[in-house]
Amino acid sequence: MAVEPGSRRRAHQWLTEVYAEQAEREALFETISGHEVRPLYTEDDLAEWEPERDLGFPGEHPYTRGVYPSMYRGRLWTMRQFAGFGTAEETNERFRYLLDHGQTGLSTAFDMPTLMGLDSDHARSLGEVGVEGVAIDTLDDMVDLFAGIPLDRVTTSMTINAPAAILLAFYVCAAEDQGVPPEALGGTIQTDILKEYIAQKEWCFPIEPAMRLVTDVVEWCAERMPRWHPISISGYHIREAGSTAQQELAFTLKDGFTYVEQAIARGLDVDDFAPRLSFFFNAHIDFFEEIAKYRAARRIWARQMRDTYGASRPESLRMRFHTQTAGVSLTAQQPLVNIVRTAIEALAGVLGGTQSLHTNSYDEALALPTPEAVRIALRTQQVIAHETGVTNTVDPLGGSYFVETLTDEMERAAYEYFARIDELGGMVEAIKRGFPQREIADASFRYQQEVDSGKRVVVGVNEYRLADDEELELHRPDPAIERKQAQRLEGTRARRDSAAIERALGALKEAAASDRNLMPHFIDAARARASEGEMVAVLQEVFGSYTEQPVF
Amino acid sequence: MSDAETKAEGGRKIRIVVAKPGLDGHDRGAKIIARALRDAGMEVIYTGLHQTAEQIAATVIQEDADAVGLSILSGAHMTLVPRVVELLRAEGVEDVVLTVGGTIPADDAPELKRLGVAEVFTPGASTDEIVSFVRTAVDERRTLAAQTS
Repeated sequence: MAVEPGSRRRAHQWLTEVYAEQAEREALFETISGHEVRPLYTEDDLAEWEPERDLGFPGEHPYTRGVYPSMYRGRLWTMRQFAGFGTAEETNERFRYLLDHGQTGLSTAFDMPTLMGLDSDHARSLGEVGVEGVAIDTLDDMVDLFAGIPLDRVTTSMTINAPAAILLAFYVCAAEDQGVPPEALGGTIQTDILKEYIAQKEWCFPIEPAMRLVTDVVEWCAERMPRWHPISISGYHIREAGSTAQQELAFTLKDGFTYVEQAIARGLDVDDFAPRLSFFFNAHIDFFEEIAKYRAARRIWARQMRDTYGASRPESLRMRFHTQTAGVSLTAQQPLVNIVRTAIEALAGVLGGTQSLHTNSYDEALALPTPEAVRIALRTQQVIAHETGVTNTVDPLGGSYFVETLTDEMERAAYEYFARIDELGGMVEAIKRGFPQREIADASFRYQQEVDSGKRVVVGVNEYRLADDEELELHRPDPAIERKQAQRLEGTRARRDSAAIERALGALKEAAASDRNLMPHFIDAARARASEGEMVAVLQEVFGSYTEQPVF
Repeated sequence: MSDAETKAEGGRKIRIVVAKPGLDGHDRGAKIIARALRDAGMEVIYTGLHQTAEQIAATVIQEDADAVGLSILSGAHMTLVPRVVELLRAEGVEDVVLTVGGTIPADDAPELKRLGVAEVFTPGASTDEIVSFVRTAVDERRTLAAQTS
């Protein structure tokens, strides 16, 4: 941006002569990620910045201002609350509750055994069935999960990764049961296995075969599910594991590029699958840093997809993303204060141009949320959408000296990480060497020390504490669920044709040892009522399993 | 932290197993605690993720640990903790300081303590608080053991 020399002198003079004379509070003037923030930003900071190149217009390259021309004037973001607990029947009831209260899309949380590819009656599932999400073992569960919800009229998000292909097969068959073909299904399955090894730590197989499964899903969806997002490349869990905003941005995008490279290597045309890739970011409490993160993410993705991967369709360059407020920012102390934190985080997501949003409930540092807490979380989004006026104009912070500078700095930090990862031989190698894991562990330890020493104030935790915290009514997992789910599974096993199961699992195993796409085999096995755990076990016979070398 | 402070009555460094039972992968807290305990001069054995109760009990015995910290954020604490306690008891291990951390509703803490858990730490607990709790509790047990032997 052309800056008048006179104005630049004036900014410098103000800082050195006027501001330097002011007394500052004893405080940490840096973002939550440890990024220094200066007292004032002026046009001086944007000397290298070219609006045409770096900002553009909404819906146009490099999409810094948003992926659509009209943004929220055209259509509000999708309000999508993540939900799941108990058996399929309980979660189905919660889904209907959310739809009745104005939610516009569904999002499924699976329990830990489902995420790890274990059936509910497995010894290692003990105590975890239906606790942190819904328990899904077979197609019968998936059918009940969406009973009475027309799958051609809602979009569904499913947070599952290592066994994603199997759960997608269940979903496709459940839709088939309703008479809905895969072509008509809209939604997202997470399938982001790299961030599992980095942060979320729910895996079934070693990295290479797990990456092959990802590409199987991408390839199959490119052919059969034109409205479906086969991967949601996720920074959320990386941030929850304690990363900085810069690490979240860099590792997530690098994961994304790695999936792109792998699909291209499979022989797919980048413009055939890239439009269906989507992203998922955290909305943490450092307001401006988060907004800058989303803006930088869009810009980096657009530039790299065009310039490095040769994508030409605008849809391939547009980074669309889901946002969830930061679970890690919630406190067990004075939990009602979490409503305020969540509102501010959600606002950052909206000002950053998110396509869909989950707001956390105030009781989630203590347990899974109660329906009342979920309703307030949803109302928080509705207040932002309808009362605050922030949706009236596109990218209201565009051109802010501070926000544009932070966006540039965020982009630079990401490229620095890309270079370090490339030096290690790419993301898969970097993960094997524990590089992102160690960077995150260091960042999270640094932050905790700042909180423990009182350098960083967390309201209600290290300042403004109460002797007695208010008592909350909490969601209690029903201890009968485990038995109930085991009975459901037993029922399915009793009803099915065991010869058909054997055939389907045998074919799956054979295909796993070849380089054929496994999706059709998962679908066949799902229809025959093979369980998730049975399919994973068969694959593990071919692929092996994974053990982490922990770093701390 | 001086060496003298980290060595409890028995004279040797405090050995603590930090363990992640169950299937949840939330290891941010466990790793922070492991590092803080190590920085405070203790010998820390971190089990890694997805440990069964059997694996944890075996590690505690094998490492001759003074203390074990279980980190659980999956809501399965009322199943997993009693199982670890039971296995340790069955092996005759009575003097290990057992702590639990994670998303544990306040209502569950009394029951966990009744089972023999020395303390329950929930989100917001500081590392200093945890380090000093472990040190004091191990000291007390060592003193007691010295008196009774």
